Amino acid sequence: MHELPFVESVLKITVEQAQQAKAKRVVGVNLVIGDLSSMVDESVQFYWDIVSEGTIAEGAKLHFKRLPVVFQCKDCGTKYQLDGKHLACPKCGSTHVAIVGGDEAHFESIEIE
Amino acid sequence: MGTRTISVVENILDANDRIAQANQELFDSTKTFAINFMASPGAGKTSVILRTVQYLNSRYRMAGVDGDVATTIDADRMAAIGIPAVQINTGGTCHLDAVMLSGALPKIELSEVDLLIIENVGNLICPASFKLGSHLDVLIASVPEGDDKPYKYPKMYRGVKATLLNKIDLLPYLDFDVEYFRKGVEVLNPGLAFFQISAKTGDGFEAYIDWLRNQIDVYLERA
Ligand SMILES: Nc1nc2c(ncn2[C@@H]2O[C@H](COP(=O)(O)OP(=O)(O)OP(=O)(O)O)[C@@H](O)[C@H]2O)c(=O)[nH]1
Ligand SMILES: [Mg+2]
Ligand SMILES: [Zn+2]
Ligand SMILES: [Zn+2]
Repeated sequence: MHELPFVESVLKITVEQAQQAKAKRVVGVNLVIGDLSSMVDESVQFYWDIVSEGTIAEGAKLHFKRLPVVFQCKDCGTKYQLDGKHLACPKCGSTHVAIVGGDEAHFESIEIE
Repeated sequence: MGTRTISVVENILDANDRIAQANQELFDSTKTFAINFMASPGAGKTSVILRTVQYLNSRYRMAGVDGDVATTIDADRMAAIGIPAVQINTGGTCHLDAVMLSGALPKIELSEVDLLIIENVGNLICPASFKLGSHLDVLIASVPEGDDKPYKYPKMYRGVKATLLNKIDLLPYLDFDVEYFRKGVEVLNPGLAFFQISAKTGDGFEAYIDWLRNQIDVYLERA
């Protein structure tokens, strides 16, 4: 249940951007969310509908682009996803790896009228 | 009236990160070292903190902040051993965030505190996403949770500076492969400090406390 502060932040940024663009209302909000960011789409939309009420963004639809958790091997460069059991590179077995994707929690665009 | 799309480059958690930064500046202004303990429910955060306090009590002036969904039990346990503790009831929220912490800080006389110990809400999923402004983030894992946790919750292990494996007194009774666990931790966070402890028996505390004291003393310029 931590989506509320997250949603409040989304709303604040959305309203600022919409006002800057002299929009009448916001129709849609496009977000990019990595699977490591622990946000549940349904909860985000649920809180959104509540907090956006009475604002320029009331009724706007949230769209989520979900990005998976991606690891990259620092030895052979292979990119891969976790299977829940192994962390090592599936190609060369190296454990010299880094998380290169999945942390995202940012805006892409908003749709306004 | 047509619809237009405008591109927006903003990070959603920037607001939290900015307040975390402000929290840290506040700590730095009073030279207060802040530690954030994170773990799943029941891993032993309070038990580890209470024992840690016993070791450090004569050396530092301490205070505690306890994040809990609804009760004040853990803050009361700290207060009972003489550590002034502030409870943050998150009202159902599953982690502490920088805003909640900043709301609690005025209740603490930080200028009289060398070491602020923060017990985050018991949760392995999200506390790592919400920085607090602490100087040291420590993850406590415990033997009954199983040795596959780094593989399932990689994020929690990434941002922390140390992992404590607690409840090692239970190792003889459970199938817990310390090497497998440790390998996972090491992959996610190479070089991170790793200690095996039991808050029940006190096993392993010397090495962990030595390390911790060093972290604090370097910050306080006492080293
Ligand atoms: N066997 C054993 N039990 C422990 C150890 N450390 C803590 N416990 C027990 O584990 C239970 C939970 O300990 P707490 O310290 O309350 O854990 P916590 O992480 O603070 O729990 P929450 O704040 O409720 O999330 C208690 O029954 C403790 O007595 C340990 O090293 N060994
Ligand atoms: Mg506790
Ligand atoms: Zn490889
Ligand atoms: Zn949370």
